[in-house]
Amino acid sequence: MKLLEYQAKQQFAKAGIPIPAGRLARTAEEAEAAARELGRVAVKAQVPVGGRGKAGGIAVVDTPEQARTEAARILAMDIKGYPVRSVWCETGLDVAHELYCGITLDRDRRRMVLILSGAGGMDIEQVAENQPEMIAKLWPDPLRGPQPFQIRQLAFAALRRVPALADRAGRLAAALVPLVQTLYRLAVSLDAVTCEINPLVITATGELIAADGKLEVDENAEYRHRDLAEELAIDALGDDGASGDDPFEVEAKRRGLTYVHLDGYVGCIGNGAGLVMNTLDLVKAAGGEPADFLDIGGGARADVVRNALDMVLSDPAVRGVFINIFGGITRGDEVARGIIQARDELNITKPLVVRMTGTREEEGRQLLREAGIVPGVSAVDAARTIVEMTREVS
Amino acid sequence: MSILIDRYTRVVVQGITGREGSFHTEQMQAYGTDVVAGVVPGRGGSTHLGVPVFDTVAEAVVATAAECAFIIVPPPFAADAIMEAADARLPLAVCVTEGVPVHDMIRARAVIDGSKTKLIGPNCPGLLTAGECKVGFIPNHVARPGNVGVVARSGTLTYEVIQGLSQAGHGQTTAVGIGGDPVLGLTFRDVLELFAGDKATKAVVMVGEIGGSDEEDAADLIARDFPKPVVAFISGRTAPPGKRMGHAGAIISGNKGTAQSKIDALTSAGAVIGDTIEDVVRLVGERLGARSGR
Repeated sequence: MKLLEYQAKQQFAKAGIPIPAGRLARTAEEAEAAARELGRVAVKAQVPVGGRGKAGGIAVVDTPEQARTEAARILAMDIKGYPVRSVWCETGLDVAHELYCGITLDRDRRRMVLILSGAGGMDIEQVAENQPEMIAKLWPDPLRGPQPFQIRQLAFAALRRVPALADRAGRLAAALVPLVQTLYRLAVSLDAVTCEINPLVITATGELIAADGKLEVDENAEYRHRDLAEELAIDALGDDGASGDDPFEVEAKRRGLTYVHLDGYVGCIGNGAGLVMNTLDLVKAAGGEPADFLDIGGGARADVVRNALDMVLSDPAVRGVFINIFGGITRGDEVARGIIQARDELNITKPLVVRMTGTREEEGRQLLREAGIVPGVSAVDAARTIVEMTREVS
Repeated sequence: MSILIDRYTRVVVQGITGREGSFHTEQMQAYGTDVVAGVVPGRGGSTHLGVPVFDTVAEAVVATAAECAFIIVPPPFAADAIMEAADARLPLAVCVTEGVPVHDMIRARAVIDGSKTKLIGPNCPGLLTAGECKVGFIPNHVARPGNVGVVARSGTLTYEVIQGLSQAGHGQTTAVGIGGDPVLGLTFRDVLELFAGDKATKAVVMVGEIGGSDEEDAADLIARDFPKPVVAFISGRTAPPGKRMGHAGAIISGNKGTAQSKIDALTSAGAVIGDTIEDVVRLVGERLGARSGR
């Protein structure tokens, strides 16, 4: 779940990290009122994707009237598939220097990594590639959190690289200690897999202010952050930057399914991510094009299977469906019941090929046979069969 | 011989009274696993599936000398259950729970690293020593005893490989499903090291997938005179970049974590790659040659 800029900033502010003065506006009138209150502001589209500036989703305005006109224009926009539902109106800063400060999951080290850089305002991955010496990293002990001396070490390592900052590195390091500790605590309490301030502005008067924010919450922990999810649902259609512009993926998310939409015509359903990935590989190897990735997960019951079939078939490009089940915690008879239920209730006439083995395979196969669906045993053969059947349709 | 578990392993089930916990405990018992206790807070003193239930793991260990935890509890409680198993100094904990928050796992992993407990999972099918014992839910009937070790990230592909091997007459020593989460316990490398030291294991099948760099890390170990043939399979060859394929860990970001980079690393380390599961089985047969012990 990727939070919007204003949500991230409100979280920063609540935790005690300074942000520029700003107001959220969902209408042009609200933007006008915000500008009347704040003066010169930037009107910024609230969408969960990058590149909104280039797309024309940010405007700097001098008067409330301009704020109204620009907000009306931006609120009518659609940025990379996201209709703009709100704008954040924010006062400008007197910038002396820009830093980067972020926390993200480092899967190789199995813990979070704190990153600080004197090269703020840029894409940190590009900085890491082109100027790795500009980046300092710290992997805090997950049970103790980052200690002040560690943050000072991090700060000195990053700031000494920047000639303009070298002479005040001591003061900055002292100011960064509480800020970084707060940001780390925030990331942990929000279950953030990414928590980033970029740029972290050093103002002309020497203050540290979070000028932009990025916060992505671990999907597995969404149950602990329902309030944020509800807020997000008001202001953004989808909530995953990678998939939001695909209506099928938005619908799948609503149905609680693990689904990725692809370009082909063979619907693919299986239990277990590895198995479904392999199912797509097999369909492709047999000369077909997979239409989707849908993992019903471990222990799926009949209603989940019905829901999955309904989802896959809602894509008109799908000519037939390959259901690949290798039961472990998932039971063959449960899956078979779901398939039969779906076929009968949804009047499915497109070809279905079911490959079923594993826990309760005999019970499952028996149910399928009784319902007139011939179960397959080998995944390779089943993939060939569905590719052949869907080719004939074309 | 085998790795990690055998017919004498005494298992305590954390979450034994749940729907899934009950079902899979029965399956484990049917396979021959010595389940000695269950743990469900508040249910201490009762009996379930013929074994005593305790309120805490520590009490279960004192009373039954359990040495391996099977953790099958809902996601919000999984990391805590892992830490409880580590605190009770169990040598092995196996957590099958899917959907554990990553920050919970980071803390649990730190506790595991400071303990004597080895962790398998979470989000995994567990492990099975053919004909002797299983902890988790690898289907009972696909495995048969033999000399091939199996280690896999994906649960269902673990079953596929075991079944393929069994049908071709290549039995297994132990099959380990390590799980598909970004923060987990034992990695490919750790399990390969265990197989290297197991006399009964004559070849190892490794089933990886896109995302992360654990397969590359394992290749690094294989390249250093790994004493046994390794046959590898990588799923997700046709997965598009930037799309998360179900597992929290299975995503190609930029050009990192691609199937090709893993295949290249493993090939140059001396492992052979199977393009399909059938291929993997055939290659294992070739590597074992006359030693396959059919």
